[in-house]
Amino acid sequence: MAATQEEIVAGLAEIVNEIAGIPTEDVQLDKSFTDDLDVDSLSMVEVVVAAEERFDVKIPDDDVKGLKTVGDAADYILKHQA
Amino acid sequence: MSSTNRTVVVTGIGATTPLGGDSASTWEGLLAGRSGVKPLEGERFADLPVRIAAPAAVDPADVLPRPLARKLDRSAQFALIAAREAWADAGYTAKAGEDESIVPERLGAVIASGIGGVTTLLDQYDVLKEKGVRRVSPHTVPMLMPNGPSANVGLEVNAQAGVHTPVSACASGAEAIGYAVEMIRTGRADVVVAGGTEAAIHPLPIAAFANMMAMSKNNDEPEKASRPYDKARDGFVLGEGAGVVVLESAEHAAARGARVYAEVLGQGLSADSHHIAQPEPTGRGVAAALRNLLDNTDLKPEEVVHLNAHATSTPQGDLAEIKALRKVLGDAMDHIAVSGTKSMTGHLLGGAGGIETVATVLALHHRMAPPTLNVDDLDDEVDADVVRGEARALPEGTIAAINNSFGFGGHNVVLAFRSV
Repeated sequence: MAATQEEIVAGLAEIVNEIAGIPTEDVQLDKSFTDDLDVDSLSMVEVVVAAEERFDVKIPDDDVKGLKTVGDAADYILKHQA
Repeated sequence: MSSTNRTVVVTGIGATTPLGGDSASTWEGLLAGRSGVKPLEGERFADLPVRIAAPAAVDPADVLPRPLARKLDRSAQFALIAAREAWADAGYTAKAGEDESIVPERLGAVIASGIGGVTTLLDQYDVLKEKGVRRVSPHTVPMLMPNGPSANVGLEVNAQAGVHTPVSACASGAEAIGYAVEMIRTGRADVVVAGGTEAAIHPLPIAAFANMMAMSKNNDEPEKASRPYDKARDGFVLGEGAGVVVLESAEHAAARGARVYAEVLGQGLSADSHHIAQPEPTGRGVAAALRNLLDNTDLKPEEVVHLNAHATSTPQGDLAEIKALRKVLGDAMDHIAVSGTKSMTGHLLGGAGGIETVATVLALHHRMAPPTLNVDDLDDEVDADVVRGEARALPEGTIAAINNSFGFGGHNVVLAFRSV
């Protein structure tokens, strides 16, 4: 069963907490991974791989550049999840 | 600002070792004659001919915040912990440039490792085989590169005068200290954070060293395994950790009123050009390094009262070192208290020069020479005053000490320090 946007954000929050140590409640739709959540380009690859596994979705490298905010990622996963 | 003969002093000390998570607990363990050698538990070590090592007393991943720790190889974790302690111990309270105490362009970092991020490389190869390409960590390259510890320490203090990583196997840590001294002496920097680190307790390096017949196989009595100068010595015991010092020009230290532990007189370097891994049996290369030390510095043999020897507990290496010392220092050897601290810490490879510089500087500062464990039956050919049993007090007045480090490849590095 496909995840809802709310479930996806909660999942991303857990992933970002594990990788960057940011409290889950700070991971909101409008937050930028780089500017607000201490996720640099290398750590972003980790976030993407963890999200792919968790939500059963493929996020090609070329599409990762477009995922600036948590909202961008949540929308992408919502559209592409199996 | 440029000069070629500036005095260099030690103003800060940090360590995380098999004896303790900081320099104070490490020093306490060294003076008490405590062994850090333990059995290696777990299935992955079960088939190895060597099942003992000296692991760090405090797991570095428990000290650093998790998001930081997971991006650092264990060798870089050790280096960062030791560097933070040394930096604070030197009286610095911020990164370079954040206050008036030091500008980034006059601060350097030189941290060495013998092997680099070997456990990262091996663990990520396991990930590749078991979980596939996509799961290989994007942090793998910065974690496995041998300059990773130096670069991370440089980032931590904002060092911009230069960040370097000399590599010479088990002489690497000492070579880093020597390189840092030259950076200050030649005017490239006023302050340098310098030392050595290693984290190689993993079945592959242990299997490889064991197959070279370089390691002790005394699995039944771990605490007795590392026994420099004893007739029954049968090889080294692998240790892990880091030792880091803050080196500073004497003028810079005086201008900010810093506490000074000791003066660094300089280094003597040479290469054996004899064999890729065997020590040259007469100690020719070590003797050349000692003579270079005496030529390059104002050190006089008669002021040397303490030696932190390389003394890894191998049958050949321990003797070659003593022969060379006797050849160059002559009768002065009679009043040098020789300590083989690897009997307690094991051999930290590229970290050895770091923690042994810490030990040598603290020996001068506290005027105490640590004991050498397990010298139950002194080798007849060891013509030296080995400190056995208990720690020994060193004389009052101006005294000096030498710290030796030698590495596979025939690298010889000799450092000298003087009390202040």
